[in-house]
Amino acid sequence: MPIRLKEADVVIVGLGAAGGVAALPLAQAGLDVVGLEAGTWLTKRDFAPDELRNNFRGWPQSVQKTNHEIPTHRPDASSPMSPRVAIHPMMNAVGGTTLHYWAQSWRLNPWDFKVVSETTRRYGAARIPKGSTVEDWPFGIEELEPYYDKVEYEIGVSGAAGNVGGNIDRRGNIFEGARRRGYPMPPLRGSGFTDLMAAAGRTLGWHPFPGPAAINSQRYQNRSVCMYHGYCNRGGCHVDAKSSTAVTTIPKAQATGRLKVVTRAHVTSLDVNEGNARVSGVSYVTDGAEYFQPAKVVLLASYTYENVRLLLLSKSRPFPRGLSNNHGQVGRHYFSHAQTAGITALFPWNTNSWYGLPAQGVAIDDWADDNFDHASVEFIGGGNLWVYSDRRPIVAAGMTTFGKTTKSWGSEWKAFVSQNADRTNTSYLQKTTLPYEDNYLDLDPEVRDPLGFPVCRITADYKDNERKLAAFIQNKMEQWYRTAGAVAIEHGPLGSMGPTTHAYGGTRMGDNPETNVVDRWGLSHEASNLGVLGASVMGTSGARNPTLTAQALAWRTAEHLARNFDAIANRRA
Amino acid sequence: MTVFISRRELLKRAGLAGAVAAVAPAFAAGDEAAGAQTTAAAVGPAARDPIANLTAAESDILEAIAARLIPTDANGPGASEARAVHYIDRALGGALASSRPTYQAGLNALDQYARSTRGRPFAALSAAEQDGVLIDVESGTATGFPGGSAEFFNLVRTHTIQGTFCDPFYGGNANFVGWDMIGYPGVRTIVTPDEQRLGADVPSNHKSAYDYDMFTK
Repeated sequence: MPIRLKEADVVIVGLGAAGGVAALPLAQAGLDVVGLEAGTWLTKRDFAPDELRNNFRGWPQSVQKTNHEIPTHRPDASSPMSPRVAIHPMMNAVGGTTLHYWAQSWRLNPWDFKVVSETTRRYGAARIPKGSTVEDWPFGIEELEPYYDKVEYEIGVSGAAGNVGGNIDRRGNIFEGARRRGYPMPPLRGSGFTDLMAAAGRTLGWHPFPGPAAINSQRYQNRSVCMYHGYCNRGGCHVDAKSSTAVTTIPKAQATGRLKVVTRAHVTSLDVNEGNARVSGVSYVTDGAEYFQPAKVVLLASYTYENVRLLLLSKSRPFPRGLSNNHGQVGRHYFSHAQTAGITALFPWNTNSWYGLPAQGVAIDDWADDNFDHASVEFIGGGNLWVYSDRRPIVAAGMTTFGKTTKSWGSEWKAFVSQNADRTNTSYLQKTTLPYEDNYLDLDPEVRDPLGFPVCRITADYKDNERKLAAFIQNKMEQWYRTAGAVAIEHGPLGSMGPTTHAYGGTRMGDNPETNVVDRWGLSHEASNLGVLGASVMGTSGARNPTLTAQALAWRTAEHLARNFDAIANRRA
Repeated sequence: MTVFISRRELLKRAGLAGAVAAVAPAFAAGDEAAGAQTTAAAVGPAARDPIANLTAAESDILEAIAARLIPTDANGPGASEARAVHYIDRALGGALASSRPTYQAGLNALDQYARSTRGRPFAALSAAEQDGVLIDVESGTATGFPGGSAEFFNLVRTHTIQGTFCDPFYGGNANFVGWDMIGYPGVRTIVTPDEQRLGADVPSNHKSAYDYDMFTK
């Protein structure tokens, strides 16, 4: 029999970006919280500036769980499977992928919460793309603003505010929703190159600004300032300047004495009391021993793919198709951010981008969301243009040659790369991506993980709206680079919708249980003492990184749970 | 409680998971060994690095290929001086172990192709003849490669670039010749605003990540 542990008030499955935040308000409210984490603690000594290890070898020093569970992908139900990627974009550790993410910490814009109603109001209902299952969020940005604020100050975010209480400030993003106050830290500094790009953006009449980052621009809460050393892209921070939950909310929650962190806990199922259709706890395996951790409430906070997979694997008599899936919505409304289709520019001078970090950059939001008139274009939404300082030697040597030489090896190629390795820049163009009826997650019928469980299968492809939007945004980016002096440009492909760090939906949040897995508080419509955290609850992507929104939602769910704990823990199904 | 598979089955599989988890440190140890080798070997131009995973014949062919991919020429040292093959050889016993059979089959096929089309082993051909063979292999027209010659070419090119431009800890980029080739000024743990200015002259420090004692290898 599995070893049955003492019952906890709340079990959190996964101590990453979302679970690591949720632990704090729960522990501070005096609840007994157990955090189950598949990985282990890593420290600054583990974060060597090592491109091969961090960017090519899938973090060999971390517990290899996600790399053994990489989702499969096919563009649609009648297509063959795509080649399986070798490395999972996420990792296992206390703090999860916040250890090595780029740490861009955006709030969504107001439009992202009301895509359906605002598009209908401004352009007519016919402009919602055919086949899309997009819905308005159950609330507007005003509801989430206090939680964005809490997280920004709790973990530490650097940035320039563009809208404090309705007062527009051109040093920040003039398109952002009203915030109650500025960021806790000023923005990260620019590099010579990003400053030049900002100036070029202004000559176009656009509104460049430094983007927000969960990285210290100055000493914050006894943690160091950023060293700009250049290995932040899938690298952990050697001075703890990156505001990972491993160095912010998790240790703070532990200090209350109410959070127990269990590492190397490989969760295999969420279990159900069949008598009342409520979640009874979590089963996990550590080093070959099986445990059952009973809990009054379970918060599932692994990652979009694993959240969906664990729910689908957790079958029981009340939930024969998987936990909280009696309406068939688990895995539905899946979408992954169109982050591909970048632009790479060649300049006739060195950009000096060997150091810096992906969050040290300049953004243009003029072409994102509904920040411009869409009457004359054939898509809704838009893209955020992002230019940053980041280069490492192996990737630099593998650069495109812009057709200047047809060779990819030999003396001619070598001469080109020697001269131009520091003369390129590739933008990061995050674009609105919508959910569609035929894009979804389920369990792969053939591929299994080392424990024998099916891995997650992605069935998804970009549609017309994403393709037209991508071409539009690429042209804007090309215009910006050319204004700054670029002499050659390459357009990257939109590519396919394989596994990604920006995976949304699958357990969408909304008032209607027919089309959503969790309610407006992030609690299951079907199993009332189960909550789901992470971008899997988000119904729209916006044109920016999801982490801060996932964290604000996690704090909000945790605070709601703490305030109503007795009712939620004892509610009849 | 909910049971998806039998408990006995689960425990059996959990044992397997433990075995898989134990592989990762073994990879790391392989890399450390490679690092130790590099430090010792970097003292001077050794006649030949000890080979760990390739055969001597395979190593000769691979050396000849790498020397054409990133040649030593008027622009300075190339993959040979960087000891890119030393990197690949070490990695084939660790992180790149899954590519070992592909190297065995591919290098053999390439040498056979050189003999059958140019009349001599690849390493014995002139530079121009070697380039001719490599163009065939790159374009996918060379015969005898189990997984296709273009796929093999891409694999070797990818690993030769890794071996030339990686951190010297891994046994390539010897004496920082790869980083000097593209102007990367070396690993720093603090970078000043002035060092990020356009036109800044940042001197190369020839430092590996693991020259800083603070990092766990």
